[in-house]
Amino acid sequence: MDFLRPASWEEALAAKAEHPTAVPIAGGTDVMVEINFDHRRPEYLLDLNRIGDLGEWEVGEESVRLGASVPYTKIMENLRAELPGLALASHTVASPQIRNRGGVGGNLGTASPAGDAHPALLAAGAEVEVESVRGSRRIPIDAFYTGVKRNALAADELIRAVHVKKADGPQQFSKVGTRNAMVIAVCAFGLALHPGTRSVRTGIGSAAPTPVRARAAEEFLNAALEEGGFWDNGRIITPSVAKQFADLCSAACNPIDDVRGTASYRRHAVGVMARRTLTWTWESYRGARRTTEGAA
Amino acid sequence: MRVNFTVNGRPQEADDVWEGESLLYVLRERLGLPGSKNACEQGECGSCTVRLDGVPVCSCLVAAGQVEGREVVTVEGLADFAKQRAEGGCASGACGTSLQNAQEWQAQGTDSQTGEGTELSPIQQAFIDAGAVQCGFCTPGLLVAADEMLERNPNPTDADIREALSGNLCRCTGYEKIMDAVRLAAARQSEAV
Ligand SMILES: Cc1cc2nc3c(=O)[nH]c(=O)nc-3n(C[C@H](O)[C@H](O)[C@H](O)COP(=O)(O)OP(=O)(O)OC[C@H]3O[C@@H](n4cnc5c(N)ncnc54)[C@H](O)[C@@H]3O)c2cc1C
Ligand code: FES
Ligand code: FES
Repeated sequence: MDFLRPASWEEALAAKAEHPTAVPIAGGTDVMVEINFDHRRPEYLLDLNRIGDLGEWEVGEESVRLGASVPYTKIMENLRAELPGLALASHTVASPQIRNRGGVGGNLGTASPAGDAHPALLAAGAEVEVESVRGSRRIPIDAFYTGVKRNALAADELIRAVHVKKADGPQQFSKVGTRNAMVIAVCAFGLALHPGTRSVRTGIGSAAPTPVRARAAEEFLNAALEEGGFWDNGRIITPSVAKQFADLCSAACNPIDDVRGTASYRRHAVGVMARRTLTWTWESYRGARRTTEGAA
Repeated sequence: MRVNFTVNGRPQEADDVWEGESLLYVLRERLGLPGSKNACEQGECGSCTVRLDGVPVCSCLVAAGQVEGREVVTVEGLADFAKQRAEGGCASGACGTSLQNAQEWQAQGTDSQTGEGTELSPIQQAFIDAGAVQCGFCTPGLLVAADEMLERNPNPTDADIREALSGNLCRCTGYEKIMDAVRLAAARQSEAV
């Protein structure tokens, strides 16, 4: 094994081009487990820790450019207002020690259906900035997950940053597990209200081969909210609408039975989380409307 | 490969390090510092917790090559580390714990007076006083994690303590005495100020 330690992003891209099989290591919280248990013996490890830019973020007009290696702890501490869904999801990852090391770049690199960043990124709307010596491109988050633990990266590409849309409305993240800390999701759900575009986006984790959006559910809800004038009148969402939304979210799942839960439990739980996160976010949207418009 | 890094305030060099090796392995097997424990090697138990550039991490999940040029504090250096912090840093530049002292570090005594004669950090003393140590396997990781929390948050609520220690498993104590120990250390710390 060789340990490559590029001191700059350019050096890292050159190293990845020269050794496409090199395994990047950022926080190491996925990679080191595999090495410690001999599940993986890469020929090259490509250390990204010396590249300072990867640990930085910038808050722009429309979106946050989040460096690939920004640890979850920093997201929770610094980006709660801009990226509430991702900050909530970050807080549910493992433990403080893991959150101090692991980040979204590694979560995307692993692309596990159970990765907690994914539902939040899908719901908020995001693009993954990837680069190789051949050039840079942005992959829409919806096109990033290509299969179980597979993503759209080419062999010579590295993830540089994730551009996540800044929240323009309430966001929620919900996760089912056996306890609060150190839990890999049985299933998870992210929801973001986008009052600016009068739309709702979702993200489902651990209930299909890849993280997915519940598109039919989103379309149904967008139409129902528009039709009932809900965005303007701020009324409570009709229980039948919430139920239909939840059922469509369940239907978007394609889960399996495994040690953590059965397929039917996952489908059920996703429906429950969909209804709850919709209620929570909608209540907070109504509350914000009341305070800004002074109407009941 | 060779790895140069700072351990408990002193520069160290580890030789013949395998490229896939963890920081935990380097500390225990190459530098002779077995304080950080190896219980799971997968980030689940926290018994290998050390500070990397000040930040608590699972040393089993840090690749040895990633610590080149960086600073690590282990439980063996915790007493000196806490002392320096209390004294407001290392003015003389000759602080830290030598490898030999770290290797030989032990809390002396076998009864309830354990620790007498050896200088302990406040959190270590509180663990002893509160009876928070049974088999002791989880203790080093908990000490490092708890000490860091008290540095950041001198007046933690119970919820803060639980959150900060949520990455450290203990199979013996049921955690109540550990909670007592951290509350005790926090209380003593605020009295001292
Ligand atoms: C005890 C434990 C509990 C965990 N619990 C959770 C949990 O609750 N939720 C959750 O989502 N995850 C969990 N994880 C998994 C892990 O912490 C996350 O996936 C984390 O986001 C990985 O980030 P990292 O920086 O440590 O990645 P690394 O381990 O460094 O890398 C992960 C993968 O991404 C690739 N990679 C990293 N950076 C880049 C880059 N810039 N460009 C291209 N590829 C890259 C690596 O080659 C590797 O394939 C847990 C892990 C452990 C050990
Ligand atoms: S040995 Fe590192 S977390 Fe268990
Ligand atoms: S005292 Fe035995 S594991 Fe904690």
